Amino acid sequence: MDATILMLLLQDGVVNGAIYALIALSLVLVFTVTRVILIPQGEFVAFGALTLAAFEAGTVPGTVPLLLALGAAACAADLVEARHALDARRILRIALRDLVLPGAVAALAYALGPGKPTLALGIALTLAIVTPMGAYLHSIAFRPLEKASVLVLLVAAVGVHLALTGLGLVFFGAEGSRTPPLSDAMLPAGPLSVSGQSLWMIGLTLAIIVALWAFFGLTLLGKALMATAVNRLGARLMGIGPGMAGRLSFSVAAFIGALSGVLVAPLTTIYYDTGFLIGLKGFVAAIIGGLASYPAAAAAAVLVGIIESVAAFEASAFKEVIVFMAIIPVLLWRSARADPVEDEE
Amino acid sequence: MKRLVWALSLTGALVAFGAAAQPIKIGVTISKTGPAASLGIPQSNSVPLMPAQVGGQPVEWIVLDDASDTTKGVANIRKLASDDKVDAVVGSSITPVSLAMIEVAAEAKVPMITIAASSKLIAPMDDKRRWVFKTAQNDSLMAEAIVGHMVRAGVKSVGFIGFNDAYGDGWLAEMTPRLDAKGIKLVATERYARTDTSVTGQALKVMAAKPDAVLVAGSGTPAALPQKTLKERGYAGKYYQTHGVANADFLRVGGKDVEGTILPAGPLLVAEQLPESNPVRKVALDYTKAYEAKYGPGTLATFGGHAFDASVLLASALPVALKTAKPGTPEFRTALRDAIEGLKEVVYTHGVATMSPSDHIGQDERSRVMVTIENGRWKLLSPTN
Repeated sequence: MDATILMLLLQDGVVNGAIYALIALSLVLVFTVTRVILIPQGEFVAFGALTLAAFEAGTVPGTVPLLLALGAAACAADLVEARHALDARRILRIALRDLVLPGAVAALAYALGPGKPTLALGIALTLAIVTPMGAYLHSIAFRPLEKASVLVLLVAAVGVHLALTGLGLVFFGAEGSRTPPLSDAMLPAGPLSVSGQSLWMIGLTLAIIVALWAFFGLTLLGKALMATAVNRLGARLMGIGPGMAGRLSFSVAAFIGALSGVLVAPLTTIYYDTGFLIGLKGFVAAIIGGLASYPAAAAAAVLVGIIESVAAFEASAFKEVIVFMAIIPVLLWRSARADPVEDEE
Repeated sequence: MKRLVWALSLTGALVAFGAAAQPIKIGVTISKTGPAASLGIPQSNSVPLMPAQVGGQPVEWIVLDDASDTTKGVANIRKLASDDKVDAVVGSSITPVSLAMIEVAAEAKVPMITIAASSKLIAPMDDKRRWVFKTAQNDSLMAEAIVGHMVRAGVKSVGFIGFNDAYGDGWLAEMTPRLDAKGIKLVATERYARTDTSVTGQALKVMAAKPDAVLVAGSGTPAALPQKTLKERGYAGKYYQTHGVANADFLRVGGKDVEGTILPAGPLLVAEQLPESNPVRKVALDYTKAYEAKYGPGTLATFGGHAFDASVLLASALPVALKTAKPGTPEFRTALRDAIEGLKEVVYTHGVATMSPSDHIGQDERSRVMVTIENGRWKLLSPTN
């Protein structure tokens, strides 16, 4: 391996790491607020990429009826949840959120989808379709289990993942798709050439990290989420609804997932089941970050990307083995270092 | 009393009717979902095109999905053999599932026609594989064609990027001795996974070895990624692919980066370009027309043809078996097995098959053509090119 190849591998690793970082950030966000390990995060990536690809092909993607169905199911779940305190205002709010919003998005998609929308419009529609799914999934699958143990929540997350993967196969078929890049530019940098697309990816990842930091540090809503993460009961006593906190964190996760999908789709072919592997590598990064720290998770994600890229060059047959083995020393080190804690369950 | 007579005669009529319409039951287990869904979907789409009647007997096709999963495939064939009492089984789509099914087929003495690729399914011939037949071309037939083309094109060294699974293993095992025999050097062997999002590392390694040509051994759209990455990095040699990519989605995802790629394929892929004298042309075109009339133009994938070919073999063998035994009996299944083994010069969408006790695929070079990709379409290459 000479220096040029090493540089190329590092570049490849950082670009892939940026996507893993986005996944890791949303996993950490969702876990700290709701204690759910969001296995279906990868599906948001695949749905984002394939929804955009469907718009590029001039068709209305299957995620649009899915959004309507999830909205209706979430509406029912929310009404049941709030059955003891139903009044006209609350019903109106639930209906607006779960029926009118997806209805409006679907109407737009049906109006614009067949006419091959521009790339920017397609991306906007894709984000509008996938983002609310997070909140609806929370209402349907996780809100009723709010008080359950982490393990039960994990099992529910696996269930949601399997359901979404199956739906993905129905909507998008078994073969993959690609989308055109956000930018065709190639910038020469010494022996390397940096594509505009990879700059977009790294730039947007950094922007999201900064935005998350600002959101949690500067806004009341963000502080409310942080409060829920630190102490659920205390937050509730202060008037912060756990339902709101869960919905919000799931929506942010779905938004980040869909955005990752939009970013990665021009670089590689995305299949209905690609999300799981991307999600798993994001999860490795999140674990290295202790499922708590955003900067540590982001840094670990870039490390995972680089390990993967170098492993692909050195021993391609064992690439995944090497990537997933990297988690073992980290876990050993973490458990040796951590104070013994009483199990929270 | 009168009523009793009526009832008795009605029952008698029903029994007689039931016996006359005793259908031939064929079980089909296909990987409609899971990692092999891109093979399984066109295959299960082909089932409605299969004959509903053979030799005056109705045929019932019972289709199950095995989700590309070995355990599920074995459960399916057990259910088909013991509950549905099928006379033959078609499937599964992939080698690992089919390999596991052989055991059950032999135990229940049900003839099985696999539509998976590996030659391990029918060789070496033994007591169990007696019951197994195969329609998809052996990798060895295709590997021979690739090496032949490489020799004619003057390729001296080859880089290999293959799936990190049975498909990649199989191709590497077929290619290595054949390349050796022709004095072509295999300078790099790299592996990747179907769902990988980047193969930059593998591509750089292959390029560092400076081969004259690269062979990508993958199936469906995932096989486009290494080629796109190599193109992006400026690799200017020849590109070979395997017959696993022969579907329209590969062209869609590959776009202009896969222009000029050379690959072996079943004749079904370029049926309309075959010469009029080729007997496969008509069968393949008929299947193409029927398939595209049902599912839309441009939807055909050659994988579906393997499933359809299994029905062609059965349709040729069933009349022979019907002469000696009744459907639904062990004797009929044995007779059907013997009849399939005795088939001669059966023309189907992927060539012409002549079975023998030692050869349960029965294909020759009429089952393969070399094609290239030109202006986003498959183009037949002349055999001497």
